[in-house]
Amino acid sequence: MNEPTLAPRRPSIIIDGVVKRFTINHALSLKDTVVAWFRRRKLTSDFEALKGVEVVIGEGESVALLGLNGSGKSTLLKLISGVMAPDGGTVLTRGRVAGLIEVGAGFHPELSGRENVYLNAAILGMSRKEIEDRYDEIVAFSEIEPFIDQEVKHYSSGMFMRLAFSVAIHVEVDVLLVDEILSVGDAPFREKCRRKFEELIAARKTLLIVSHDLDMVRDLCARGVVLSKGEVVYDGPIAGALALVSS
Amino acid sequence: MADTRDLFDAVPRAAFDVPGRSGGMLDIVRWRYLLRLLVRTGVTTRYRNSVLGWTWSYVRPAAQFLVFWVVFGVFLDLNRVPNFAVYLFSGIVVINLFSEAFKNATTSIVNNAALVRKVYLPRQLFAVSSVFVAFVHFLPQVSLLLIVVLFLGWIVNVSILGILAILAGIVIILLLALGLGLFFGAVNVRFRDAENIVELLLLLATWASPVLYFWTMVRDVLPDWLFQIYMLNPITQAVELFHFAFWYPVTDSDPAFPLPPMLGPNTLWTLLIAVASVLVGQFVFRRLEGRFAQDL
Repeated sequence: MNEPTLAPRRPSIIIDGVVKRFTINHALSLKDTVVAWFRRRKLTSDFEALKGVEVVIGEGESVALLGLNGSGKSTLLKLISGVMAPDGGTVLTRGRVAGLIEVGAGFHPELSGRENVYLNAAILGMSRKEIEDRYDEIVAFSEIEPFIDQEVKHYSSGMFMRLAFSVAIHVEVDVLLVDEILSVGDAPFREKCRRKFEELIAARKTLLIVSHDLDMVRDLCARGVVLSKGEVVYDGPIAGALALVSS
Repeated sequence: MADTRDLFDAVPRAAFDVPGRSGGMLDIVRWRYLLRLLVRTGVTTRYRNSVLGWTWSYVRPAAQFLVFWVVFGVFLDLNRVPNFAVYLFSGIVVINLFSEAFKNATTSIVNNAALVRKVYLPRQLFAVSSVFVAFVHFLPQVSLLLIVVLFLGWIVNVSILGILAILAGIVIILLLALGLGLFFGAVNVRFRDAENIVELLLLLATWASPVLYFWTMVRDVLPDWLFQIYMLNPITQAVELFHFAFWYPVTDSDPAFPLPPMLGPNTLWTLLIAVASVLVGQFVFRRLEGRFAQDL
């Protein structure tokens, strides 16, 4: 399936025949259960989000994961990050994996920006030493230095996102999973993020990016994987993937 | 896909991890820095935006104590237990510690749903940190108790054994609360009934231990085997350990109100029960945690 030129020599992520099923419960209470039982209606229905996905991503590659809404992209990222476990097949990762999945999930509104940097970085798996070493860099990148000791709940949404993104991007990782966060902040900040990603790529980090921002993906990724209804329909050079998605 | 064996030519299979595989309690040690931050967050944000702040940690048990003291001490004449106020309060702080730790641990996973759904981190951290937070909130209450007994001459009568009893009582309560909290916290993700069951259990817990009455009253009415079971309730044991540590040294011994038998051996047994509850809670938690992200 992989084109020889893209075949990774030192794999970073191996996704081998991964199946993920979601069970949708129709009965939420005892009453529903009893009623459904009397009417002989099914209580649950299965939905297969991923149907045997096989992708191997090599060290230092930056890959775009494309597809329509509901094609299973985010589910796949969650399996790689370990938030969910597959129902079939195996997911293997090598090195430290961190997800820029929904930045700001770990932020506590009642804490100051400074405290949140430490908390969130620790949630993303950084040690105290690493956080202290990178703290200044994180704050500088976010450009909200004057407000860093204010409670985060007083931040504007742009400031909030910038700080959250800044923490996530500074985590020391081997594999970075990026889900739909390239649209953070204003144009200058986005440009800065793009440069940061380029830096990571140059540093031979493995990047897996889910995005609908096709222009940015074209710039950053060499390879594209297109998912449709839980199956890989394309895996190859990015141009082909973009053409397929645009059509 | 190409034969998977080819993939492991350059890099051996052993270099790979399976994402999301939990290391159980070992994770707690590895992630201790985050644990510390979570505890600190839980403690500092608890009374944000409240005028009285930490005073509430004193006001609530004080009000509780006053009600119980009036009803049980005065109306029901339990004041014949010497130093009933101290007796009562040393039991109340134990029950409060247990309630707080158990309740917080049970709701900890659901309360952190945003994180559980999006980021992988050992989810047991949430339960463990909420138990620690409960312990921090227990400290003001126990220091209040300490101040009172110090006035009654506690320091000259207390023994090393008494200090050990305090520690043993706290450890038993925290372990039990963690074990039950892990169990109900994991179940709570799918069935929110767990929260209500816990409320119910906590309501019973206050009465199932000799906090508001004396243990001999139970002995006098229950058959012996049932009484033994009653005494093997880890909360009962912790309450009695606190009585032994705080109330007993400041009270003239009265043959009508003796120390319970088997206080020493029961400490060991209840400690084992508490440890067992952690193991069971852990086991159930690890079985269920793979589904947390999709069930929340």
